[in-house]
Amino acid sequence: MKKSLLFVSCEEAQHICDKAQYDEAGLWEKIKLNIRLSWCKITRAYYKRNIKLTEKIKESQVECLDVKHKNDMRKKLDQAIKDQAS
Amino acid sequence: MPDHQINPNQWIDLYSDYLYNYTITRVSDKEIAQDLVQDTFLAGLKSMKNFKGEASERTWLISILKRKIIDHYRKINSNKGKAEVRISYNDDSESEGDWLEERVADPFDKTAEDSMQNAELGNAIHNCLGKLPQKQANVFKLKTILGYETEVICNELNITASNLWVIIHRARTAMADCLEKNWF
Repeated sequence: MKKSLLFVSCEEAQHICDKAQYDEAGLWEKIKLNIRLSWCKITRAYYKRNIKLTEKIKESQVECLDVKHKNDMRKKLDQAIKDQAS
Repeated sequence: MPDHQINPNQWIDLYSDYLYNYTITRVSDKEIAQDLVQDTFLAGLKSMKNFKGEASERTWLISILKRKIIDHYRKINSNKGKAEVRISYNDDSESEGDWLEERVADPFDKTAEDSMQNAELGNAIHNCLGKLPQKQANVFKLKTILGYETEVICNELNITASNLWVIIHRARTAMADCLEKNWF
């Protein structure tokens, strides 16, 4: 088996780690990430911090406006700005 | 010259999410929160001339929003008797006895404390989001907080998937740095 199939760069490992936070990393990618994690300190530190960030965001139950509501709000405000200017 | 300038054209992009999150932790109803934020922007627009520039735009909008939230509670409690706290003697047949101890607050129930801490963490997250470049903040919010699919975000913002992951990576790194300084 080619070495490049199993080993990924630190950059690529971080990219897989990001995808894994959203359940978008494939099985093969996860295997490659785990191999890198077993020996690379930098990847491990990134992985740990990334997981902590995901946990904190989930824990906070932070809210944002969805695109539709934000656009509706924008339309109303734009109209009010126009009305006020005229 | 005032320290801060006012620009209502940027309010939605810069402050709508922060104000919404602030409101939802206080009114616990998404629709009401949206209406209150919208009303805040419209009221802010009307009273723009009162903005002296001593506080930031966001602080000024929050002060308007606070009044809107108070007005909202006044309105829903305006019918006489609605605000009364009624405690009746416990005669539920399901409980083992009519013990007053059942009504004493459980010190191990940390729900209120937890939700307060969550609200503070939510504010810290929004403060950190406010420090990101706008595009990064937008992509991060859509992907991480609103949970949109990668494809949907790419179509919405007209970017490629690899572009999205680069933005996400930068945003996550900056967010972790910021929260590390202010929260972790």
